[in-house]
Amino acid sequence: MDISTKTATAPPPPPATTEKKRATSGATRPGDRIFLGLSRGSGIVLLVIMAAIAAFLTYRAALALSDNTGNFLTTFEWDATAVPPKFGIAVLAFGTVVSSIIALVIAVPVAVGIALFISHYAPRKLASPIAYVIDLLAAVPSIVYGLWGAIVVAPNLTGLYSWLDTTLGWTGVFEYQGGAPRSLMTVGILLAIMILPIITNVSREVFLQAPKMHEEAALALGATRWEVIRMSVLPFGRSGIISASMLGLGRALGETIAVATVLSPNFLIGASLLDPGGGTFAQNIASKFNEASEYGRDALIASGLVLFLITLLVNGAARMIIARRKEYSGANA
Amino acid sequence: MAKRIDVSGLSAYYGSHKAIDDISMTVEPRSVTAFIGPSGCGKSTFLRTLNRMHEVTPGGRVEGKVLLDGDDLYASGIDPVNVRRTVGMVFQRPNPFPTMSIFDNVAAGLRLNGSYKKAELNEIVEKSLKGANLWNEVKDRLNKPGSGLSGGQQQRLCIARAIAVEPQVLLMDEPCSALDPISTLAIEDLIGELKERFTIVIVTHNMQQAARVSDRTAFFNLSAVGQPGKLVEIDETERIFSNPSVQATEDYISGRFG
Repeated sequence: MDISTKTATAPPPPPATTEKKRATSGATRPGDRIFLGLSRGSGIVLLVIMAAIAAFLTYRAALALSDNTGNFLTTFEWDATAVPPKFGIAVLAFGTVVSSIIALVIAVPVAVGIALFISHYAPRKLASPIAYVIDLLAAVPSIVYGLWGAIVVAPNLTGLYSWLDTTLGWTGVFEYQGGAPRSLMTVGILLAIMILPIITNVSREVFLQAPKMHEEAALALGATRWEVIRMSVLPFGRSGIISASMLGLGRALGETIAVATVLSPNFLIGASLLDPGGGTFAQNIASKFNEASEYGRDALIASGLVLFLITLLVNGAARMIIARRKEYSGANA
Repeated sequence: MAKRIDVSGLSAYYGSHKAIDDISMTVEPRSVTAFIGPSGCGKSTFLRTLNRMHEVTPGGRVEGKVLLDGDDLYASGIDPVNVRRTVGMVFQRPNPFPTMSIFDNVAAGLRLNGSYKKAELNEIVEKSLKGANLWNEVKDRLNKPGSGLSGGQQQRLCIARAIAVEPQVLLMDEPCSALDPISTLAIEDLIGELKERFTIVIVTHNMQQAARVSDRTAFFNLSAVGQPGKLVEIDETERIFSNPSVQATEDYISGRFG
């Protein structure tokens, strides 16, 4: 019956004139042409910008590196204006990576928990206010986080750090001398709060998209709510959690002003994460850039290039993790 | 192991909307009962009240009794999770867990219920896949994802998953509506074998299918859109399709409406 009505109401096939053909072939319509130009143009602009940034970083970095008398990778010193200059990124790389990892370790479980609560546990009345508050966290400017971290958070962490020192101090990593702990650990905790919203929001979106039919499959087998989440929601959301974490990691790696405000930097790699000291790429650039000579700036740009490469590596690794499980991914369902 | 279902005075709601009204019926163990009726008449909703899946829908609630060999599924203190472990379900669209291998899909329900030794698990998975007439097709690729199978194979995988936990009752919600005729035939043959061991209730839009697979048929109808669905009659399938006692049933079956 369906078919007969369709053929009855369908218009007769248009005469195959050349004009009609051109009109339907797409690219020759002005609207299509403009849109094609716009989208292709945007794509090209993006690539050009990336290439320009890479070229700029590499060129200026090369200038600085050719005169560096220290080992760029291993020197624990940043004396770029001295004659001859001597600087290395070891401390910065260590501080950046360690503070970001601390941030991820703290933020990811909490964010996934909040996201699951919003998507699968909370009654609707509660879910949207919570989601809104999380969004507000993302809207706080990072300088505010920095000031809050330096003035409120850091002094209040002394108790926790003393406890860590007495229970885990023997490891060396959690040794604490006392005093204002404007340290990598404090930076990590602050970064965790800062990257919490993005990880939460992206994970929540992914969890909400988990196919109902797989949740029902689990339910029908007699799964509890947590088992439903474990069998159908988390496997589906796995790659989403990874990309969310990488977005958060990207922000943590590059965070500048909050770190510069909280950290009391030096150019040493201490065994302890709780005592002040250390530094990160972005923090170091921000604190030194204004006073730096032309030469000093090139050195800072060289460190920026390293940060750029680290971020690229992180992204590549995330993509590999996601691609490896593609065969099993929920997108194939 | 197969149990009798006695439903009395059962109504189901979505929020304030009454979806089915005052349904009573008995389903005999080791038989196939088919639910037929026009879209929106509440047959799927009714099916989902039999394993307490209805209340998972936001606003879903149920009044009345469903007795499984005399035990009320809706008595206070009954955990719906335990109900669903004894009343298995197969859905309209095949829904194997896409992140699990074929083996893990079949073992999924078992792993929820307790710990099994590897050998036990192997044995039950093989038995269930054989029971679902799928073993010969997948025995060489048990560790491949279930989503790589054809639609009909996926549906049989879902049946294997459902029967692996040895439920008392197996509910099937239009299990063949997303399948081609050959896969449909395979599932129908399978239903004929499964009723030796399980009580089976199947919702179908395909009246020939109801006539082919079921022992008894229940016809559901609704008086108007927005009105709750009702059970018109339930009788031996042969009788429903040859000489039903209600005129509306005959009209529906002979294609005069719906």
